Amino acid sequence: MKDMALDHVLSIKDLTVFRGAAKILDRVTLALGQGETLALVGESGAGKSTIATAIMRLLENARVTGSATLAGEGDLFTLSERKMVKLRGRRLSMIFQDAGTALNPSYTVGRQLGTTLQRIHGLSKAEAWKQAIELFTSVGINDPEGRMTAFPHQLSGGMQQRVMVAIALAGSPDLLLADEPTSALDVTIQAQIVRLILQLTRERGASCVFVLHDLALASQACDRIVVLYAGQVVESGPARDVLERHRHPYTRQLKSCVLEIGAKDLVAPEGTVPSHDQMPIGCRFCTRCPRAVARCADQAPPLVPARQTATGPLDHHIACWNPE
Amino acid sequence: MIAQTLSETKAPASEQPIFELIEVEQVFEVPKPGRSLFSRETVGLRALDGVRLTVRKGTSLAVVGESGSGKSTLLRVLLGLDRPTGGRALYHSKPILEGRASGIAFARDVAMVYQDARGSLDPRMTIGALIAEPLRHFDIVPRQDEAARVAQLLDRVGLPADAADRYPSGLSGGQVRRVAIARALASEPSVLVADEAVSGLDVSTQAQLLILLQSLQRDMGLTLIFITHDLGVASFLCEEIAIMYLGRIVETGPTDAVLGAPSHPYSAALRAAAPQFFEPLSEPLPGEIPSPLNLPAGCRFSTRCPKAQDDCRLKDPQLGKLGPQRAVACLHPLQPQ
Ligand SMILES: Nc1ncnc2c1ncn2[C@@H]1O[C@H](COP(=O)(O)OP(=O)(O)OP(=O)(O)O)[C@@H](O)[C@H]1O
Ligand SMILES: Nc1ncnc2c1ncn2[C@@H]1O[C@H](COP(=O)(O)OP(=O)(O)O)[C@@H](O)[C@H]1O
Ligand code: SF4
Ligand code: SF4
Ligand SMILES: [Mg+2]
Ligand SMILES: [Mg+2]
Repeated sequence: MKDMALDHVLSIKDLTVFRGAAKILDRVTLALGQGETLALVGESGAGKSTIATAIMRLLENARVTGSATLAGEGDLFTLSERKMVKLRGRRLSMIFQDAGTALNPSYTVGRQLGTTLQRIHGLSKAEAWKQAIELFTSVGINDPEGRMTAFPHQLSGGMQQRVMVAIALAGSPDLLLADEPTSALDVTIQAQIVRLILQLTRERGASCVFVLHDLALASQACDRIVVLYAGQVVESGPARDVLERHRHPYTRQLKSCVLEIGAKDLVAPEGTVPSHDQMPIGCRFCTRCPRAVARCADQAPPLVPARQTATGPLDHHIACWNPE
Repeated sequence: MIAQTLSETKAPASEQPIFELIEVEQVFEVPKPGRSLFSRETVGLRALDGVRLTVRKGTSLAVVGESGSGKSTLLRVLLGLDRPTGGRALYHSKPILEGRASGIAFARDVAMVYQDARGSLDPRMTIGALIAEPLRHFDIVPRQDEAARVAQLLDRVGLPADAADRYPSGLSGGQVRRVAIARALASEPSVLVADEAVSGLDVSTQAQLLILLQSLQRDMGLTLIFITHDLGVASFLCEEIAIMYLGRIVETGPTDAVLGAPSHPYSAALRAAAPQFFEPLSEPLPGEIPSPLNLPAGCRFSTRCPKAQDDCRLKDPQLGKLGPQRAVACLHPLQPQ
């Protein structure tokens, strides 16, 4: 990938994460421009949450190498924990996969948002309360004053997600990481939450990383897409390039499983993702790849530009020895 | 499936539906919100309200609707697990509960795949023993043939033969769903009822299971009733669709026809909210789904309906016929373009 770190809000280089002997992430490289939205897609266990959690420096029991450069702060992985505590919520924040468990069940949602506001902006209790009501209004919570005193279990899944969005945006971060905020929700609510996050981050000029399972939704919500397989980036680039001009066999497979309304043909891919103790040392997709060639099993393909044009390489990358 | 009104003439015997729900109502008495600590005051929660549904033999029916719309409650009525508080729920023209109480034939004929497949399997039993359990319970094969039948069922759902000796904890999410399907098939049912059987799985695992379910339905002539909130899944797997909102089926018909040109404004909103490659994100429905404790006056969708008119707040539309195959519960159904 070209070095454009200067225009990037976030630039991740060769992020590798070990848990014991298992290499959970392998040389993950990606970058995100100011005001851009990026989707991390891939199947369960691909490492999407691990990437987001690593950026927040909240990974436990893991060994992390590589770098994650946040504009104006340098490499997040080398900052002191004190500095990270200051950045979390203010410059970057995360919406966790499961709102039900991310919220504290024994405090009212108003108190949870209020405490966050007090901590980040040093507000008094009364000021924080007032601002919390404003935030609840902006995330589309009806009867925001009434809802302040509700406990999480008294709210529907969609409302809990809105509370999470409000807490994540309390410090006006310029980078929001939203981990699969919607996979457990109904389509109507899912569309509402994704729209809400996009609208609020755009208003604030913030950038956003979504973890999404649904490729179609990713195409609707995101400028860029990064496809992961078993901890490796296999393809990345502008959404149209990745979804309509993809060159990696796994991207094709992932896309062929999407059921559009009215579709009657479906070809199920063979096999499953290998477990970490049986992970191939070369391309991790080689056990299922219809295009595998001799070197695939023992040489890991590097992430390289997918196409050359007269003006140089495009910002569309693949890691494959025998691309389509 | 045809939505029928009571006055309609009976179909010929060969066309007798497997299930028929006529004005089915399921009201749960729940504590009154805000009641004092020692009060025993309750209010009725209308989980099902005026449900009309006919399920023909050999069909595949998708039931879709938002969380809380009553899909699981509907399944419990179909399975004879709960007695509806109103209306009639029939299995081969007899009350479902009567069928269930009169012997094991009903339980054998109507099999269920639960939403939480892993939770429905005893973790201390091997997969082989788990599949043998319904074989014994319904006395399907003599003991000496049991192992062979287990192997056959494993093969039918695409699991390796050695899975018989493993425990549920050693299987992936997709494999656990396959075990649940094998167990459901063990009693040689003619109806398979599944609650969100492929949700929460990876797309490739989901694709594998959908192809399995489709081949089971076609090869074995199974009647399939499938709850899902994914319209792409409904449209791939099911010929017919029933769309629920707040305890009522608001539209039914052939899946392609309904999703191609929805008649009910709620169906249209669901359709528009389904993700589609590179389309702009749809304008969401305004507001929240109302509480079933406090249904809106008139049409239950009138608080959010973009097409609502004055009469919608006065009259509660029932599911009524719209052409030969479709039915809709709306005073001002959308016209096909
Ligand atoms: N045993 C019960 N006692 C009281 N209320 C109930 C009971 N079962 C269901 N309900 C209520 O009935 C309504 C419909 O519930 P149901 O579980 O059928 O919805 P659903 O469409 O299956 O939702 P989900 O997709 O979340 O499972 C809900 O408001 C629910 O809270
Ligand atoms: N706490 C943990 N301990 C050990 N392995 C873990 C832990 N969390 C995640 N993993 C492993 O890391 C890989 C990536 O997990 P995750 O980041 O959760 O993926 P995704 O979010 O894409 O589902 C998986 O192989 C998973 O089993
Ligand atoms: S590197 Fe080889 S195995 Fe991997 S995706 Fe490309 S062709 Fe397939
Ligand atoms: S009856 Fe009226 S409010 Fe109800 S769905 Fe039809 S148009 Fe909308
Ligand atoms: Mg995850
Ligand atoms: Mg349910």
